[in-house]
Amino acid sequence: MPVSFIPTPQELLRFSPEILLSVVATALMLAEAVMKPGSRTKLAATAFAALAAAIALSAAAAADSGPAFSNLLVVDGFSTFFRILVCAAGMLVVLISSNYLKREGHESGEYYALVLFSIAGQCLMASANELIMLFIGLECSSIATYVLAGYLRDDRRNNEAALKYFLLGSFAAAFFLYGISWLWGAAGTTYLTEIRRLLLDPSAGINATVVSAAAALLLVGLAFKVSAAPFQMWAPDVYQGAPAPVAAFLSVGPKAAAFAMFLRILMTVFAPVGAKWEPVLWTVALATMIIGNFAALWQTNVKRLLAYSSIAHAGYVTVALTAMSDAGAAAAMFYLAAYALMNIGAFAVVTHVAGQGERHVELADLAGLSRRSPAMAAILSVFLLSLTGVPLTAGFFGKFYIFKAALDADLVWLAVLGLLNSAVAAYYYLRIIVVMYMHEPSQGLPELPAAAPGIRWALAASAAGTFVLGVAPSLVLDYAVASAPLLR
Amino acid sequence: MADLTQVLAAEVPLSWYLILSVILFVIGAAGFLIRRNIITVFMCIELMLNAVNLSFIAFSHMLKNVDGHIYSFFVMVVAAAEAAVGLAIILTVFKNRATLEIDEVSSLKL
Repeated sequence: MPVSFIPTPQELLRFSPEILLSVVATALMLAEAVMKPGSRTKLAATAFAALAAAIALSAAAAADSGPAFSNLLVVDGFSTFFRILVCAAGMLVVLISSNYLKREGHESGEYYALVLFSIAGQCLMASANELIMLFIGLECSSIATYVLAGYLRDDRRNNEAALKYFLLGSFAAAFFLYGISWLWGAAGTTYLTEIRRLLLDPSAGINATVVSAAAALLLVGLAFKVSAAPFQMWAPDVYQGAPAPVAAFLSVGPKAAAFAMFLRILMTVFAPVGAKWEPVLWTVALATMIIGNFAALWQTNVKRLLAYSSIAHAGYVTVALTAMSDAGAAAAMFYLAAYALMNIGAFAVVTHVAGQGERHVELADLAGLSRRSPAMAAILSVFLLSLTGVPLTAGFFGKFYIFKAALDADLVWLAVLGLLNSAVAAYYYLRIIVVMYMHEPSQGLPELPAAAPGIRWALAASAAGTFVLGVAPSLVLDYAVASAPLLR
Repeated sequence: MADLTQVLAAEVPLSWYLILSVILFVIGAAGFLIRRNIITVFMCIELMLNAVNLSFIAFSHMLKNVDGHIYSFFVMVVAAAEAAVGLAIILTVFKNRATLEIDEVSSLKL
């Protein structure tokens, strides 16, 4: 069969979100050089518009779904879901970043360019259908976020966050890559669906030991990227040290894309040998929940507390993965969407309250917030209640579907221990609310300025999303349920 | 050169290349965890990536499939991009703290 290396228009449409994001990101860096100093807010507006256009293109590509570039990519419901999710998360992050960068005096095109490059990588991770493509997407996303974590390069906390993120991220990438190499050596192909076919076929003569070793290496890399135990130790330092809007981005975008990759590798390639994975995932899920929740109890820094909370949430999603069923995959997808809204919302409030130079990020600095800024206190409470999993918020249905999927897969003990963990989590989320409403404001805190329009819009959008998913989860869940079986 | 390739292919079994690759990878991973100088730690990561490249090439020879060579080029490109970003980050750390000892870069709470 002759192979054409000229992409067809159809293939270009299927790849168009990534193309658009990369082109606009490059243009932003070039535009900055010729821009008048006063007109830099246009950079944020351009990045915002590019992400909105990428969502539209993802939807357009989904209308004509199928593989592209010799099956290296596949546009299906699953990839469309995650493309839209990471682009929407990117839009919220751009909204909260614009004012932050102005406040810190670091407004520039490269920040938005890096956000867009990273999101292009994440879109690629969501739609790749081949191991090397997954790795390229992962690295596009990671390398851009290493720079973002250390964006304020004169800030010692930023430096440290970037260094730790870079070293541990590259370490994890090496494991992931070594896993790819061994899997390729065992199967002779890097296409996910082909590997699945060979694993199902006993006459293919695949060396099971080599496949297990490769699976273990891949698992190490993936666990690092989703900050699952025992490879979660980078997350608290990085989220605490990175600029607050970047921490919001890191806790949502790369994590959702890494889970998309995890789901695709697990459900497409390793489902035939799922029984071997179950005990490992079971342990990882439980350890991640316990470490995240119990470490969060002692934190006094709000960003660090949210970092441990995000580790715990990675644990809940891993519970859904352990179920290794379509319902589990759909629950994980729904949870990641709900988590994106509430976590970016919480970080947006922290971004605002932290003040110039992020001097006020201790829990004590939130004392009496209900009097200093009633609206901020109220909206942060909404996000915290949703993170706890209170009914009428997105977090409730997120947890509900995950534990239901776990019960359906006969993982009764894991579901019970997960529920107990959510009860522990309620303690530290409610503690923040108590501090905001019951404690006297500490002396010497500066007056809180009114929130910038970007922050207000981001908060309104994420709060509205949190409520809508808490009342009508089927809006997102139906789509997730319909696209989860496509992984096979 | 052609003779040398034939000799290597004929007399050095594939497993030796793979064992060498595992040894390199383990040296890299152990160095990452044990060494305390940031540049050395970074070099250990490069060592791990080179171990991956060696295994790609060895498998490529075994499977009689040239894809592995392409993959190792991808790995090299990514490693180069990573090195550019990584060295820049290490440079800013050095500028702010005047040290490259990893234990001294720990102002964030553990």
